[in-house]
Amino acid sequence: MANTYTGPVPKPTPETKPFWDATKQHTLRIQRCGDCAQHYFYPRPLCPHCLSRNVEWVDCSGRGRLHTFVINYRPPRNFPVQQPFIIGIVELEEGARILTNIVGVEADPKQLRCDMPVEVVFEDITDTITLPKFRPVAV
Amino acid sequence: MTHDCRTLRGSVAIVGVAESDEMGKLPDKSSLQLHMEATRNALDDAGLKKSDVDAVFTSGRNMAADVPEYLGIRPRFVDGTQVGGCSFILHVEHAMAAINAGLCEVALITHGESGYSRIAMPAPRWGDDSTNNQFELPYGTSGPATGYGFLATRHMHEYGTTSEQLAEVAVATRKWAMLNPKAMMRDPITIDDVLGSRLIAWPFHLLDCCLVTDAGGAVIVTSAERARDLPKPPVYVLGTGECTTHQMVSQMPSYNRWDAAVVAGKRAFEMSGVQHADIDVAQFYDAFTIVPMLALEALGFCKAGESGAFVSGQRTAPGGDFPMNTNGGGLSYTHTGMYGIFTLIEAVRQLRGECGARQVKDAKIGICHGTGGVWSAAATMIASTEL
Repeated sequence: MANTYTGPVPKPTPETKPFWDATKQHTLRIQRCGDCAQHYFYPRPLCPHCLSRNVEWVDCSGRGRLHTFVINYRPPRNFPVQQPFIIGIVELEEGARILTNIVGVEADPKQLRCDMPVEVVFEDITDTITLPKFRPVAV
Repeated sequence: MTHDCRTLRGSVAIVGVAESDEMGKLPDKSSLQLHMEATRNALDDAGLKKSDVDAVFTSGRNMAADVPEYLGIRPRFVDGTQVGGCSFILHVEHAMAAINAGLCEVALITHGESGYSRIAMPAPRWGDDSTNNQFELPYGTSGPATGYGFLATRHMHEYGTTSEQLAEVAVATRKWAMLNPKAMMRDPITIDDVLGSRLIAWPFHLLDCCLVTDAGGAVIVTSAERARDLPKPPVYVLGTGECTTHQMVSQMPSYNRWDAAVVAGKRAFEMSGVQHADIDVAQFYDAFTIVPMLALEALGFCKAGESGAFVSGQRTAPGGDFPMNTNGGGLSYTHTGMYGIFTLIEAVRQLRGECGARQVKDAKIGICHGTGGVWSAAATMIASTEL
């Protein structure tokens, strides 16, 4: 598996490793500030809202809403998906936003709607890296 | 000591503007050569010599020291602020600050980019452990086309903005390009042509997207006092503003409005004392059709959500009551990758009355506004030949 994936593979840094370690375990784990009480993403050792050092890692519910999206008809060279695919900004139930792919639904604007409920799924792209992606929740 | 930014109003002027000798697809010219041609032409336009230049402002993938070396200039003030395509509009504000502080007198703002042919362009590459490569690129983002689209989709959802309204911008801008001999795309297009062009990143069609070209541009800024001794009418800088809010589009504070532009525009209008109704001609960076629309909202020319209606009926086209992107814009004239310098060049030419067939009658006050990165930065400038 590690040798066949052709897309960009994240290389964790010390500050982001806990996030990638968690996705490997199929858990979505982000940070929450103990002082201003806001969740945030991407990982940083100090809170980007108030610069507090009092931050903790917390598991997310994995549920959220599709805040906005585009359908990419021109995939990057060597990207493993070569037909149109959906890139979305998901607002997690906890409040932080994450850029991701929306999967499990046709890449057709008629099948998508801003604010539709979505839930996390995990895609193991190499032996060590797992990407969180999202799919619509059946209503 | 406290300062009131309004004291800067009219303290400096743009005295020279020019593009490179040629623009378009130039496989025989490096990015630095494009800088040099534009600089030479802008100095001629200003009636100044290279030896008059004591400050260099530049941006792009080169180090700020590369450009002065190639040009043979030893600036005593140098600024390589790089926040994307609007950097050159920010440089006007920075030059104004430096000139007023007495740190320099004649500022060269220069751009050169082999955006299409990629001659002597340092490779763009995020490191594997960059935040971009960890949190955006794995999802197949394709540069600006995907990132800029997020706001178009959300705007459509919240306000009912339509693809037809976006297309109005592309059609109106092409009409201006047809009047500009330097524009790359000069064949007429219709709204149906835009909607029928292939999808790049829904909701953007090909004709919603700017060009990719090779070109250079340069602007000379000096004190108002010195400007009055030069051959062409000074174009006084009345107001400026700037802001950045994020680098990665996934960190953007909101997706239904352009927050950085609100901040930049507010200061530019406050400093200038100009009212919106006083603006005669607008140059709004049009990387994609939605960008000038959200500039109209952020700068206060219309309310949130109203830009679709604002641009309808070819209001921004030649003969419309809001002349916008009169050179043909990034959509139809040129877009190297960092278009901001070209908003300044066209604004100055309009205010001097040099635009021939595309001249906006009695244009006295102009506004430039640009985006950088992926809605990441914004910069505004209001200017006039009159104080």
